[in-house]
Amino acid sequence: MSTLLSVENMTHFFGGLRAVHNYNLKIKSGQIIGLIGPNGAGKTTIFNLITGVHTPTKGNITLKNTNIKGMKTHEIASLGLGRTFQNLLLWRHMNVLDHIKMAHFSQLKYTLFDAFLGTPKCRKQENEIKEKSHELLKLFEINQFADQIVGSLPYGAQRRVEMARAMATNPKILFLDEPTAGMTPDELVRMIEIIRKIHNDFKIAIFLIEHRMKFVMDLCEYIQTLVFGEIIAQGTPDEIQNNPKVIEAYLGKEDLT
Amino acid sequence: MKIIDTFKKIFSKIPTTGWLLGIFVAVVLEYYLGDIISYYLYLPKIPAIFGTLIMFKKPLMIPSVIAYDFIIYILPIFIVGKFFAPLTNNLALMFEKMPLWISTILHLCLLYGAMHIWAEISDYRVLILKLTMISIILTISINIINGYQGEFSCSHPGFMALGAYSSSTLTLLLFTNDKLFGTALLPSFLGPWLFPVTLIFGGIVAAIGSLIVAIPSFRTRGDYLAIISLAFMFIVKSAIENLEILGGPRGMSSQPDYASLPVVFCWMVMAIWIIHNFVTSIMGKALNAVRDNEPAADSMTVNTRKTKMTAFMFGAFWAGIAGGLFAHVLRYINPGTFGIQKLAEILAMVYFGGLNSIYGSIVGAVSISLLGEALRPFELFKWIVIPLILIIIMIVRPYGLISFKELNIKKLLGSRDKPKNQGVK
Repeated sequence: MSTLLSVENMTHFFGGLRAVHNYNLKIKSGQIIGLIGPNGAGKTTIFNLITGVHTPTKGNITLKNTNIKGMKTHEIASLGLGRTFQNLLLWRHMNVLDHIKMAHFSQLKYTLFDAFLGTPKCRKQENEIKEKSHELLKLFEINQFADQIVGSLPYGAQRRVEMARAMATNPKILFLDEPTAGMTPDELVRMIEIIRKIHNDFKIAIFLIEHRMKFVMDLCEYIQTLVFGEIIAQGTPDEIQNNPKVIEAYLGKEDLT
Repeated sequence: MKIIDTFKKIFSKIPTTGWLLGIFVAVVLEYYLGDIISYYLYLPKIPAIFGTLIMFKKPLMIPSVIAYDFIIYILPIFIVGKFFAPLTNNLALMFEKMPLWISTILHLCLLYGAMHIWAEISDYRVLILKLTMISIILTISINIINGYQGEFSCSHPGFMALGAYSSSTLTLLLFTNDKLFGTALLPSFLGPWLFPVTLIFGGIVAAIGSLIVAIPSFRTRGDYLAIISLAFMFIVKSAIENLEILGGPRGMSSQPDYASLPVVFCWMVMAIWIIHNFVTSIMGKALNAVRDNEPAADSMTVNTRKTKMTAFMFGAFWAGIAGGLFAHVLRYINPGTFGIQKLAEILAMVYFGGLNSIYGSIVGAVSISLLGEALRPFELFKWIVIPLILIIIMIVRPYGLISFKELNIKKLLGSRDKPKNQGVK
């Protein structure tokens, strides 16, 4: 098992505010790693730093032996780092099929002039992508919505569209930012199944932020706990569950009087 | 409401072929019988554009104008459409079996034929048709930036001016003897053949000019970019006003008459075809992704900067082409033409017709151009009526008449009366 992604001593400041301090991470292929922590701990910031939305003030990020620190988001994404967002960033005027097709952007082989003239080369590739997209839609059980505008879909289906879209970029690692936020218990169970399924079918590594402990404990083999931008504990689910520092961060100190 | 429903029922069975055939019959009828009919209806001559001008000037003529329009246009189109519907539907079924491009070209020939015969009646009609087709190119090109890419760009008259001036300079320099650039460098018979090259040169200059707006768009959006683009328009206008070599505020005149009706028609068809190809490809849909959510597009491997630049340069290119055609249709341009009034006109067309839709752009361009001509006798009131219509449209349909609808040529040209057992594929 080789190391896919490694983050070393990453620190980031927003002006004078230290958002992340000395953060380290190693993801090997096929692992599922969870990141937990109270609100405002800096979890999404870590996602944004690794995916290139912000450039970290200090530290190194390597993806498959390439240094990706300072690279543009779309370049990092096309190297094999897919992600979803905490508050569903979908394209509101597009239908579901176009969402999946769009995520193949970096895999397009034809030039701009092929697109202008609608050459056979362009059409052939578009058809291939269309077929691939339909397969992905089937896998995520949203094929029946293919021609609908995303806004009209139920919430759980929108989450699945976002995940299918991330999978269409052909990632090696998938970053999931609170994949179960706002879901009903039924949808939650289905989401766990889907994540297991893509983990098994595509053999990809998954790095996820989550608040629901049941979800994290079920899925992850390794968990990091983040408080105020610093890792206070990391280890297997059992170790985390019994770590006094984690309990303190979530529930507060025991009153000794 | 019942009447509308019955009308809808009758008309929904008529394929596009039927409509085109009806229009063709109507214009042929007018060509041969227009003079006689207008004589018996006491009209001074054949009404130029459906008689709206006469209606406003001499209200007593209204009944005869309506009678004329009814006899010449409505009746033949309706009769041919309705009673030949079985025939035209069969024709359309036959066309469906042919490759799409053949049937498209056949339909376009029919459309062009009808337009040509209609325009034979007077030069005024030729001018209106040319200007309307140029408006269509302009509206679709601004729809790329304001609709598909979703930036509010006000620089379109600027792009148009760049295209108009560059291509005029080239044709004047190469093919004509005139006072600005002296004698012709190339023999003038080459002119019409090299006209596309000069137009494309104008388009390329406009596309390069658009980088001045495209590069700031990496960092700003919305109102701020609108101000930058407005500034660009004024920069272009003032720069041309102060360049004596281009004629300064007096403008440039006596461009050769290369932009005939078929030439403008071909350019319009080409613009629609290429832009349609682009916006329906994944590369073109990236514009929508950047518009709807830029961070998401970025994370889904879309190169947002390149996409924005493509949108601006592509839109500006076609605006430049439209500008070049415009200059060679009117054969006179001055910087004042490409001012705020032109901008208002273009924006009215695109927002009236509908964002993110080629159908909408065509509808918007045609209706605002024809409305502008029809309301000409009203003079200043024209600029009260058109904005009022625009306001009403914006309240009823915030994205314009026909928005977010892709051009589907196959469906458009298809038969409307499918046998039941064939079903919908």
